[in-house]
Amino acid sequence: METATIHDERTEEGRRLTLHGRLTVRVIEDISPRLREMEDDPVPLTLDLGGMKRVDTTGAWVLYRLVEHRTEQGFITELTGLTPRIEALMAQVGKANQMTTIRHPIRKRHFHLLARIGAWVEGGIYQFGTFLAFLGLTMLALVRALMHPRRLRWLAILRQAEVVGVSALGIVGLMSFLVGIVIAQQGAVQLRQFGAEVFVINLVGRITFRELGVLMTAIMVAGRSGSAFAAQIGSMKLAEEVDAMRTIGMPPIEVLVIPRLIATTIAMPLLAFYGAIMAIVGGTLISWLQLGIPPAIFILRLQEVVPLTDVLVGLIKAPVFGIIIAVTGCFHGMQVEGSAEAVGEKTTAAVVQSIFLVIVLDAFFAIFFTALGWA
Amino acid sequence: MSVIKDDQRGPIIQVEGLRNQFGSQIVHEDLDLSVNRGEIIGVVGGSGTGKTVLMRSILGLQEFAAGKISIFGKPITGLAEKEELEVRRRFGVLFQNGALFSTLTVAENVQVPLREFHSMTTELMDEIAGYKLGLAGLGPEAGPKYPSELSGGMRKRAALARALSLDPRLLFLDEPTAGLDPIGAAAFDHLILELRDALGLTVFLITHDLDTLYTICDRVAVLADRRVLAAAPIKELLEIDHPWIQDYFRGPRGRSAMAGDRENRKLAGT
Ligand SMILES: Nc1ncnc2c1ncn2[C@@H]1O[C@H](COP(=O)(O)OP(=O)(O)O)[C@@H](O)[C@H]1O
Ligand SMILES: [Mg+2]
Repeated sequence: METATIHDERTEEGRRLTLHGRLTVRVIEDISPRLREMEDDPVPLTLDLGGMKRVDTTGAWVLYRLVEHRTEQGFITELTGLTPRIEALMAQVGKANQMTTIRHPIRKRHFHLLARIGAWVEGGIYQFGTFLAFLGLTMLALVRALMHPRRLRWLAILRQAEVVGVSALGIVGLMSFLVGIVIAQQGAVQLRQFGAEVFVINLVGRITFRELGVLMTAIMVAGRSGSAFAAQIGSMKLAEEVDAMRTIGMPPIEVLVIPRLIATTIAMPLLAFYGAIMAIVGGTLISWLQLGIPPAIFILRLQEVVPLTDVLVGLIKAPVFGIIIAVTGCFHGMQVEGSAEAVGEKTTAAVVQSIFLVIVLDAFFAIFFTALGWA
Repeated sequence: MSVIKDDQRGPIIQVEGLRNQFGSQIVHEDLDLSVNRGEIIGVVGGSGTGKTVLMRSILGLQEFAAGKISIFGKPITGLAEKEELEVRRRFGVLFQNGALFSTLTVAENVQVPLREFHSMTTELMDEIAGYKLGLAGLGPEAGPKYPSELSGGMRKRAALARALSLDPRLLFLDEPTAGLDPIGAAAFDHLILELRDALGLTVFLITHDLDTLYTICDRVAVLADRRVLAAAPIKELLEIDHPWIQDYFRGPRGRSAMAGDRENRKLAGT
């Protein structure tokens, strides 16, 4: 039997409750409200516990609360059939009794919206400041490491380069290939209206080398590796591994950030160039199948219409994007504090911000290179 | 109605021929252990002898290579989902590192099992959280804090409060007093004894604390050479001629704990 029954009767002295069965956490949801009702009933109460089979601390608590509350108000309460076990338990929970706050309430403010905007601006400025400080520290560590190449952790760099670069070859290649196909196919549909299908080669060649190859790769690397950096470093911070490194005398920036930064900076141009080539392959394939332009002609035309500066633009942008992604990811990882939730938040922030920064920077680059005459 | 009927007979935990292996490292081989109803069994062994792994195996958190483990007379592998839940809510577990939920406050951590299994009023749940923290030796100011804001010892206490929140029949404690001050550790011993006497708890207690072993354990299981060498009251263990057991209980720390125990008994006798 997993239930408790309450027998409620009126006698000349007052009210008499007889409890049977178990008074445990399992049945408490039914019993507790009924006993709580009696707390404010001034009629003298007799509780007969003689028939109780099992009482646990939750049951003892409910009994204790009833007796305490009634006694406080001066109502007469009598317990009969109390076993030493129940008595001991009631004494124990009574001793441990305390009101605790479950969670600090979020302060209600007037001008709620204003306060939120203020907090948002303040947080943004603070974060911008810490980001600049982190960037400075990282650059300093990088310069120091490059001046003493023995301090570079080559093994870690190689390992990161493998994770960031080599392992990304499949997905970056596939994605670029498909993007190449889409551009060529959609371009062909439009250009055919003017009988200018052959300009598909200009379209695919210039846009992939200059913009899309590097941009798509950067987005993919931010999603794959920027997030991984934030989550790895964030978990290490939670487990106090970063503090342990500091006490051992291993600067966390040098150990954790520099290898990831160098690896990403090297891997990005390689990946971006590879991505551009894969997009060209996709474009070539579609031009051949749909427009009947043989691959040999496609490649020949490509050499004529794509200036070398386009390739250079892509190759100059790629390492810069790599730096942005690595620094943002590591920065947010180092910002993690407190709980597992923070790891998630910071990982999200790392990806969103690095992609945003990459796109903003890309716009600046576009204006800059046009001004240089590399149009 | 409960799905699992506790037959009230036989040992509450029965481990037979357990074998645990990580790659080529064999942690347990042919390990037998039974835990009786209502007893406090201490589990000792050198660091890395597989005490935690044994506990995880019993809890069904660790797949083992061979052997059979029954709880409440039922094998733990191959339980239906409903039965497994039923068994689990009779467990209270204190993990070695606390394993508190980091996104919840301490008081919310204590309430998690209550919320999961019962639908009681918020008022009652808050009261329960309060006195459970009190039982575990934490003040009310600890309730709204996050686990990351606690000291190591406080985290242990909060984890104990969570382990006790469903008033379990079976309590698993992995090094509960490690990181507690001696006064706190003694209070902890006292609490476990009281709860056992009042609730008929069965306690599976992994510990290195010799004072705890002497004060509250009915039997002590010694883990060495990949198996349970012996599970007996300390007095009987002292008679066993095994180098590790002798070193453990008759080493300098063992002797002082033994002396302390004698002192206590004398005091209690007068
Ligand atoms: N997940 C795991 N993978 C590999 N080896 C493990 C794993 N968990 C535990 N071990 C090994 O099992 C042995 C026993 O570990 P454990 O039970 O944690 O020791 P202790 O008795 O100190 O609690 C150790 O040698 C440990 O290295
Ligand atoms: Mg352990």
